[in-house]
Amino acid sequence: MTKEECKQIVLDIIAEIAADEDLSNVKPDVRLRDQLDLDSMDFLDIVMELRKQHGIEVPEEDYMQLASLDSCAEYLTPKFNS
Amino acid sequence: MSLEEQFDVLIIGCGMSGIAAGIRLSMYQKRVLIVDSHNAPGGLNGFYFKDGRKFDVGLHAVTNYVEPGIKGTPLQKLLRQLRINRDELDLCPQWGSRIAFPEVSLRFTNDFTVLEQEIAEAFPAQIDRFRRFVQHMDAFDALAYEGPVLSARSELGAYISDPLLVDMLMCPLCYYGSARNDNDMDFDQFIVMFRSVFREGFCRPFEGVRKIIKVLLDRYRSLGGKRKMGCGVARLLKDGQRIAGAVLEDGSQVYADLVLSSAGLGETLKLVDAALVPTHNIGTMSFVESIQVISNQPESLGMDDTIVFFSRSDKFRYETPAEPLDLGSGVICVPNNYAFGSDRALPEGMIRITAQADYNYWSRLNDADYLRSKEEWFMRLQQVLTFAYPKLDLAALNRQELARDVFTPKTVERFTRHFNGAVYGAPQKKKSGQTDYENLILIGTDQGFLGIIGSLLSGISMANRYGLTGI
Ligand SMILES: Cc1cc2nc3c(=O)[nH]c(=O)nc-3n(C[C@H](O)[C@H](O)[C@H](O)COP(=O)(O)OP(=O)(O)OC[C@H]3O[C@@H](n4cnc5c(N)ncnc54)[C@H](O)[C@@H]3O)c2cc1C
Repeated sequence: MTKEECKQIVLDIIAEIAADEDLSNVKPDVRLRDQLDLDSMDFLDIVMELRKQHGIEVPEEDYMQLASLDSCAEYLTPKFNS
Repeated sequence: MSLEEQFDVLIIGCGMSGIAAGIRLSMYQKRVLIVDSHNAPGGLNGFYFKDGRKFDVGLHAVTNYVEPGIKGTPLQKLLRQLRINRDELDLCPQWGSRIAFPEVSLRFTNDFTVLEQEIAEAFPAQIDRFRRFVQHMDAFDALAYEGPVLSARSELGAYISDPLLVDMLMCPLCYYGSARNDNDMDFDQFIVMFRSVFREGFCRPFEGVRKIIKVLLDRYRSLGGKRKMGCGVARLLKDGQRIAGAVLEDGSQVYADLVLSSAGLGETLKLVDAALVPTHNIGTMSFVESIQVISNQPESLGMDDTIVFFSRSDKFRYETPAEPLDLGSGVICVPNNYAFGSDRALPEGMIRITAQADYNYWSRLNDADYLRSKEEWFMRLQQVLTFAYPKLDLAALNRQELARDVFTPKTVERFTRHFNGAVYGAPQKKKSGQTDYENLILIGTDQGFLGIIGSLLSGISMANRYGLTGI
């Protein structure tokens, strides 16, 4: 899996859990929280969906790795590929 | 033990908080069982049939209404968490409500500036103080607050110097969310309710609470969640500092890693051991509600408010009354008065009046006296309508009557099993949800979030905290 594909997976998850957000212009290098209305409950759901849909575990101490799409790709791509 | 009897989570109560928690947990593959002693779902916000008519038990208004698209609000958060599309709930905003005291009335709508304007006109010397008080509340994190109990009256009194305005603001918020019986409210609770009622506002699905319950239950069912109705928990089985499972009223046993209970603090502990009930922390505030169904729209008789919170004296009382009913104050709700759209109106008119009641009086009556008392107090309660609507012709109203019902503290007890029929449960809440047993967690009323929206959020947040992120 490429980093781009990984970003798309994260975006698809966000589209599912926050159907009322406009995701057409999400900047990969900007914190998700700063451009979308996401709170800690939404981040919990991103983690839960990663586990449910892709079997990927994100321990609580790593939640901050999911701050932006770029950091998500950096952190998650190796997990997808391993 | 068969697999059928082993669950990840057992939820006590199929009210708003229980169903919301059940949805969250089943979304993420937890095996969940909801049990309720009642046959019908919804708890205190359920519905029932009488003489072929459907009645909502509790619903006056769904609070926390905001226009579609407004984010960061309790309503939007809970829809997201439950993956419910807002349109499914068919939420229709109120026309407008009123706080009515002997000399002064304050109108409010789902637009907060209306209330500010009304206060500026009726209390010109107080409006700046009121605005500073609102800022004071904004600076306070009411949801996370775990400190000592602060009095809403003293906090209000520190900003607002006119006791009449203090009482007028207390009145609606006590009725919609105070478990205390000492004319006061916890300040953090006050802040949550102030937002729910004044800063956001009221709405209602055209079909009433049934619509909400149906959407929630459909969601729960589609996720594979299980329910067992008409069969409550008779006993919780302890195993050291943990709860191993439950014996149900039909004698069967179920086991679970986590138990979430919306039965109430003392009521839940009593299921473990009656000696654990915290006798100093038992609620007493209960209500009577009269419901009158009429053939026309109440607006045609001049009743054009959605909800009126009234007090017939400048000093608003909120305490367990010495009389069967305290006719000094109350809430009048007209479910017809919501903006359902130009092509829809409820087919019959309905008027609901709520007042504070003494559980001890109502619970001790024999069947015949109970029915007689309901009749007698219906008539007396109805008289308060002319305080809110001085021009109302009660005789004309009664000529249109199609049906009536009266709901007492005994009814609340039946629907919730709360001690004393206490609508809002125990006065001291457990915001962490924790009990003496590490895997027994409170949700709903006694966790501390009240009302429909509050109890849904309570179920969601406790399920997230203890069911999804581990204890
Ligand atoms: C007259 C009235 C009007 C109201 N109007 C409104 C309103 O307009 N808007 C609003 O937002 N809120 C309103 N409320 C408040 C609202 O109904 C409650 O705050 C809310 O429904 C509480 O939900 P809950 O899930 O915490 O608990 P509950 O609804 O009390 O659910 C608890 C459930 O647990 C079950 N249970 C108890 N013991 C056991 C046991 N041992 N085993 C199994 N099951 C058990 C009960 O049967 C019940 O179904 C009103 C209340 C009243 C009385």
